Amino acid sequence: MARNVDALYIFLLIVTGMMTLLVFSFLIFFAARFRHRPGVRAEQIEGSTPLEITWSTIPFLVFMVIFAWGAVVYFKERTPPADSAEIYVVAKQWMWKLEHAEGQREINELHVPVGRDVKLIMTSQDVIHSFFIPAFRIKQDVLPGRYTVEWFRATKPGVYHLFCAEYCGTQHSGMVGDIVVMEPAQYEAWMNGGSTGPLSATGEKIFAELGCSTCHRTDTQGRGPNLQGVFGKPVQLEDGRTVTADENYLRECILDPGAKRVKGFQPLMPTFQGLVTEEQVNALVAYIKSISATKPADGAKTSASAAAPLAEEKVQAHGSQVQ
Amino acid sequence: MSMEIAIPQPVERENYLNKKYGVWSWLLTTDHKRIALLYLLSITFFFFIGGFFALLIRLELLTPAGDLVQADTYNKLFTMHGMVMVFFFLIPSIPAVLGNFLVPMMIGAKDLAFPRINLLSWYLYVIGGVLMLHCMLTGGVDTGWTFYAPYSTNFTNTKIVEAGLAIFIAGFSSILTGLNFVVTIHRMRAPGMTWSRLPLFIWAHYATSIIQLLGTPVVAVTIVLVAAERALHLGIFDPKLGGDPLLFQHLFWFYSHPAVYIMILPSMGVVTEIIACFSRKRIFGYSFVAFSSIAIAVFGFLVWAHHMFVAGMSVYAALVFSLLSYAVAVPSAIKVFNWTATLYKGSIHYDAPMLYAFGFLGLFTVGGLTGLFLAALGIDTHVTDTYFVVAHFHYIMVGGAVMGYLGGMHFWWPKISGRLYPEGWARLAALIVFIGFNLTFFPQFLLGYMGMPRRYYDYSHMPEFQVLNVLSTAGATVLGVGYLLPMIYFLWSMRYGKPAPDNPWNAAGLEWKTSSPPTTFNFEEEPVVTWEAYNYEELDSPDKDAPHSEEVPVAR
Repeated sequence: MARNVDALYIFLLIVTGMMTLLVFSFLIFFAARFRHRPGVRAEQIEGSTPLEITWSTIPFLVFMVIFAWGAVVYFKERTPPADSAEIYVVAKQWMWKLEHAEGQREINELHVPVGRDVKLIMTSQDVIHSFFIPAFRIKQDVLPGRYTVEWFRATKPGVYHLFCAEYCGTQHSGMVGDIVVMEPAQYEAWMNGGSTGPLSATGEKIFAELGCSTCHRTDTQGRGPNLQGVFGKPVQLEDGRTVTADENYLRECILDPGAKRVKGFQPLMPTFQGLVTEEQVNALVAYIKSISATKPADGAKTSASAAAPLAEEKVQAHGSQVQ
Repeated sequence: MSMEIAIPQPVERENYLNKKYGVWSWLLTTDHKRIALLYLLSITFFFFIGGFFALLIRLELLTPAGDLVQADTYNKLFTMHGMVMVFFFLIPSIPAVLGNFLVPMMIGAKDLAFPRINLLSWYLYVIGGVLMLHCMLTGGVDTGWTFYAPYSTNFTNTKIVEAGLAIFIAGFSSILTGLNFVVTIHRMRAPGMTWSRLPLFIWAHYATSIIQLLGTPVVAVTIVLVAAERALHLGIFDPKLGGDPLLFQHLFWFYSHPAVYIMILPSMGVVTEIIACFSRKRIFGYSFVAFSSIAIAVFGFLVWAHHMFVAGMSVYAALVFSLLSYAVAVPSAIKVFNWTATLYKGSIHYDAPMLYAFGFLGLFTVGGLTGLFLAALGIDTHVTDTYFVVAHFHYIMVGGAVMGYLGGMHFWWPKISGRLYPEGWARLAALIVFIGFNLTFFPQFLLGYMGMPRRYYDYSHMPEFQVLNVLSTAGATVLGVGYLLPMIYFLWSMRYGKPAPDNPWNAAGLEWKTSSPPTTFNFEEEPVVTWEAYNYEELDSPDKDAPHSEEVPVAR
């Protein structure tokens, strides 16, 4: 990713460098050549429409190349590969809380293996923050009340800066941390030390404790929809719309169940806003996702989501449908 | 005293400065020129307050550790620096001072269309300013000038509502100025002053006024909504109350992006006048320069969300806003090319105003081209909210707008004060400002690409950024000297400067065809315009034995 951004950056440096050089050399040449000399009068020139059209069109075409290139890089930045490792991020004033799918929790430090696609599913407990790793050239604001997503693949082991890039109050500049990129073997070793079990298992426990399973049963008899296999699928809503059951939708259903109710179900579910922490919501989402990805058919699932319309995938990846 | 006797000075003609004396003759004046001077005093005051904050910010960043001030103080410093500079200096700077002074004169009118509203606009500005001062002295605000919700609405404990109110009131001052200009330019042009004969300064102010009229109410609404959520806990922006934080950003930037053009367009107008005069030429491609101002004003309203590419907006919206941002770059490019072409076959003089105009051209070009980086989606993701952005907008708003403002102040100072400023000092100051500016802000581009985030008070986690920060701070002190100099010699010239002739630059434009300083109603008799704008050919014509400036054609 960093290489894509840098390539475009270098292209832009060359293009704008040439433009600057062009303008400045004309400026300096004219300034020197046509400086006032006694007895020599300025020659009046009205203008030239062909010239105006030329110097509007050529820059515009160059701009369009930059635009298109920038857009391609951006789409790649915004589209996490389907089989990325997932890490949940909860930002708060002034700290980053990170939780791996396997259950490891970290604060202001994130360990990842080299060469693995890593998808960050992020939300904030309070104000807007922004998850910025300059070395990977990525940045995404982290908002309260919804998930946003960003992804990266580290290519070299090392320790990289993590910054909060959206001003968030007194200790904004203290909201920094490290991304520790490790060789896969070291990473495995690190992973095996101290975990409370996978995030989805924590979610399953919460799911039972909160009594979710009394309505969301694994058959069709429940008062709420069966959640098996629901993640990533289109859902028919009571009001006629269809939405994709992505992380943001699941999150919204937990915190504001009335907003996008599934067709054929009564508005019975209470809101869990304020009753569950951001981390618990993450665990629940991870659990619901885990019961959607049936292990044997993993390959089939991946190809299905890869075949899903690109558009849907991108909007989902960007995670901004929640209104 | 001996100085004054030495100057061959006949009985001073009556002018707008000596017509009446006393505080009330100023505080109750409806003369657009006196109001311009009232604005000049007040914005200069705020400029140095804002500059003082900037200096403290730079001093804090001299070392990686946060050692000069406390974190909260630092956060207030950059917030107040932004608010003061944007709302109380840059937005009123050229329109309310030079525009106020020159718009009626350039079109051959006695005053603005609504002189009392003009005075009211200054009072609103002062009320807003006093509130802002009170707010700063009693605790200040720490949200950044962008007021992002929900931090501003439900988290910070600082004086949001008061600062908001100050900006709200100052906003009305800006709206009234814009309204006055639009009506004046439409209705009060002298006979013969057709749209195609207007100085491009007027076109630039016309475009600016439209933005002020249409944009400012939106920021006023936004401030009211912030106050409503903060005081009444209405759920508008904070998701905990059922609001949407991105809504705030859309509303805020819908004004605050066009506001950038409120700051730069008038400066472009100033530079156009200066380049024409000191190249002794008609502006190359007059109509393209005129309409590019209007195009900037229109497109300027369609690009606001390019501030939000990583904010959590849909990728498709980002695509549209990136495309439109490149569209708005075209009219700016057209202007730069036309200014450059105007120099061709000119007869270029290097007086101080022209040096500032050259400075503007260089810095604005760099500022504009780095905008291409930020409009590119893939790169913006990396550099937004870093020092790259800080450098970019300072190149536009300080390198561009302030350079233009200073150039204009020098160009029209003889008209405003009736005195000549010391040319040598003025050239030196232009050079110091240019060098100081680049030294301050160029390193910030590099810092930004390296990843230094904005609004960081303490960078001890990444000490590798120190060298460039030291350079930047050094530059800021040079820049500070560069800004102090004009203030000193302008004040000096008011007493000791040589009396200015009516048209010291032999410049085109009606404002030069009246006395320096002008009389209260600008012209003895209503002028009739029979020539095109920038008629430097006639002015420099050797056939004319008398300088053109003394022939003021009058009605009938």
